[in-house]
Amino acid sequence: MAEYTLKVRRFQPEATDEDKRGAYWDNFDVELDPTLSVLDGLLQARDGEDGSLAVRCSCRAAICGSCGVKINGQSTLACKTQIGEAAEEAERKADGESTTSETGKPEIVIEPMGNMPVIKDLVVDMESTHWEKYRRVTPWLMPSGPPPEREYIVSAEAMVDVTQSVACIQCGSCVSACLSMEADPDFIGPAALAKAYRFVGDPRDGQTTERLYDLANDQHGIYDCTHCFSCIDACPKGVAPMNQIMRLRRLAGHDHDIQDVNNGRNHELAFVKNIEKKGTLDESLLLQESFAPGIKGKLLPTIRSMKGLIESIPTAIRGIRTGKMRSVPKLIPGVHHKLPGDAQDHVKRIYDKTEESRIELNLYVIGEGGEEEGAPGAEGVRAEDITAAAQAEEVTPS
Amino acid sequence: MKLAYWPGCVSRGFTPELHGSMELTAKALDIELVTLDRANCCGAGVIAEHNQELADTLNARTFALAQDTGLAMMNICSTCQGAQSECQERLDADSAYRAHINETLSGEGLAYTKDKDGFTNKNFLWLLVEDVGLETLKSKVKRPLEGLRVGPFYGCYVIRPKQRLGYDDHPDRDLYLERVIETLGGEVVEYDGARRCCGFPVITMNRETSLKQAGTHVGDAIDAGADCLVTPCPLCHLNLDMQQPEAAKVVGRDLGLAVLHLPQLVGLALGYSPKELGMPKHIASTVAVDDRVAAMA
Ligand code: SF4
Ligand code: SF4
Ligand code: FES
Repeated sequence: MAEYTLKVRRFQPEATDEDKRGAYWDNFDVELDPTLSVLDGLLQARDGEDGSLAVRCSCRAAICGSCGVKINGQSTLACKTQIGEAAEEAERKADGESTTSETGKPEIVIEPMGNMPVIKDLVVDMESTHWEKYRRVTPWLMPSGPPPEREYIVSAEAMVDVTQSVACIQCGSCVSACLSMEADPDFIGPAALAKAYRFVGDPRDGQTTERLYDLANDQHGIYDCTHCFSCIDACPKGVAPMNQIMRLRRLAGHDHDIQDVNNGRNHELAFVKNIEKKGTLDESLLLQESFAPGIKGKLLPTIRSMKGLIESIPTAIRGIRTGKMRSVPKLIPGVHHKLPGDAQDHVKRIYDKTEESRIELNLYVIGEGGEEEGAPGAEGVRAEDITAAAQAEEVTPS
Repeated sequence: MKLAYWPGCVSRGFTPELHGSMELTAKALDIELVTLDRANCCGAGVIAEHNQELADTLNARTFALAQDTGLAMMNICSTCQGAQSECQERLDADSAYRAHINETLSGEGLAYTKDKDGFTNKNFLWLLVEDVGLETLKSKVKRPLEGLRVGPFYGCYVIRPKQRLGYDDHPDRDLYLERVIETLGGEVVEYDGARRCCGFPVITMNRETSLKQAGTHVGDAIDAGADCLVTPCPLCHLNLDMQQPEAAKVVGRDLGLAVLHLPQLVGLALGYSPKELGMPKHIASTVAVDDRVAAMA
């Protein structure tokens, strides 16, 4: 048994007391075994100290997805976080700063999930921020043609490919942590997009192209993710929503050649070509090509992308003024040097080879650092995995 | 200390002051930098989004070039760190995959070897704390940054995902900026943005989402009383500094906060002048910082 102080962010909409208007902080001292969960701590506080403390939970075993909160700033499940570890993390984050708590140790800070309206204390409204977005991606299978007489036959590799997104328990931790959503509440968001991949990657689904087209042509869709990795660290189930979003981009852009409204496909192609030609980034060329590939390439720039190019002009002028961009390669797209000697040829050779094979290694499937724990002969198993990964690529329906 | 040095693209492109200030700061710290001039762009996550194997092979090539020098590798960009660590994680996880990638590299006589002589690739921030050491850093400070109020800004790619970025062995990597600021004699400013995203990855795709992030964080730091921000990531610098006037329009308020590259902040404390460190090249005026520094000297 050990003592902990829980510092809880509270909101009691019906409260009449002066000091309980709006959101406020409340400290609870609890005593429990360090291996028990933060949720156990909260329930002890509710049962022993304040029956009005609102917290949502059910399974207490990281299955139902109802106890999402922020603990020491990190979105996660209260039932999956050991209270002893949460206390250590609070202490680590204080980094030697003194504290005011009764136990003499930093409080464990518990807040309701982010990006969602608070209903009461730690209970948030997930409807508009999570479930509505979830329904937005048509989260059910839409096979084409009449169903088979018996069950669908699907290769194991193809199902393994979607297992990671299947693991989602809809807890909303990733949504709570999403930094694009903070800036753009209309962003479809990590949980819904991970779910979208679950169906895009399913060979039984007959609407793959339509789904990808829809997600790429929503201004708040797959190209609105700012690649911040927050959802990866927040997810208690290892779904890594950002990785699923990147796979959706890869499928939409490369496999289905979809031109999206956010100019994401053009930007990606411009970047990739840029390095193939120069080895390091020619930023001026990147800007020009990602917004207006029509000037040098064969595509015509869209009105939206021309707007983007024009919007970047004041920034460029400021850069020239301070000297930041005052050199020929930075002013004239394409003048940027190549890598020295034959290095650029080797980069080109890497492009030629890998654009053929395009192997995708899924660490969720093979396990990170798996080879160290692997039994003798692991090498052979891995080689098969690679082939399987390459094949899984091929069976992705189009 | 001698290191294989990957400056990245942006430090020689739109933030030339970063590369310049790193060279000066390295000299003052007795670090000899062997530039990997044949190495290629890390892909910044964009190439991996296009073709994972291509990104992995390109970065394996950089690691192989570094390993050929027999030295540990250093980068000065959070994004390089994150993009390269992501590829390294896959390369290290699977020997058959590694062999496949090395076969591609063999045309240039290169190969990436897992853990070769304890090979590491570290951002300058990590290297400063873990290899130079804060004690040593402190002993080299010529001009303690007394009274300078600095807001840390990490950049997503050096703090998440924790599992990939060596937090098991170095759990405090998300506290290093604060420790460095204090070691240099400065004052840490606490504000909401320190570990959030600058928005740069979507600047060409959703300008509004992107600049709202940058503008909000800069605004929060100003409200918390910061004289400047400091970042180990030149891409964050692009959005926080170069785009700052545009971000101000999006968030609808006046901004105007200097954003320093990490080597610049260290360089100031080691005695270099703002001009030597390329600060006049910034878009957001560094005059407030210059004045404080002048008062210290
Ligand atoms: S990586 Fe993308 S989806 Fe995930 S939290 Fe960041 S912005 Fe949101
Ligand atoms: S992806 Fe992970 S964090 Fe997001 S809702 Fe699903 S289980 Fe929760
Ligand atoms: S109570 Fe069910 S997931 Fe926590």
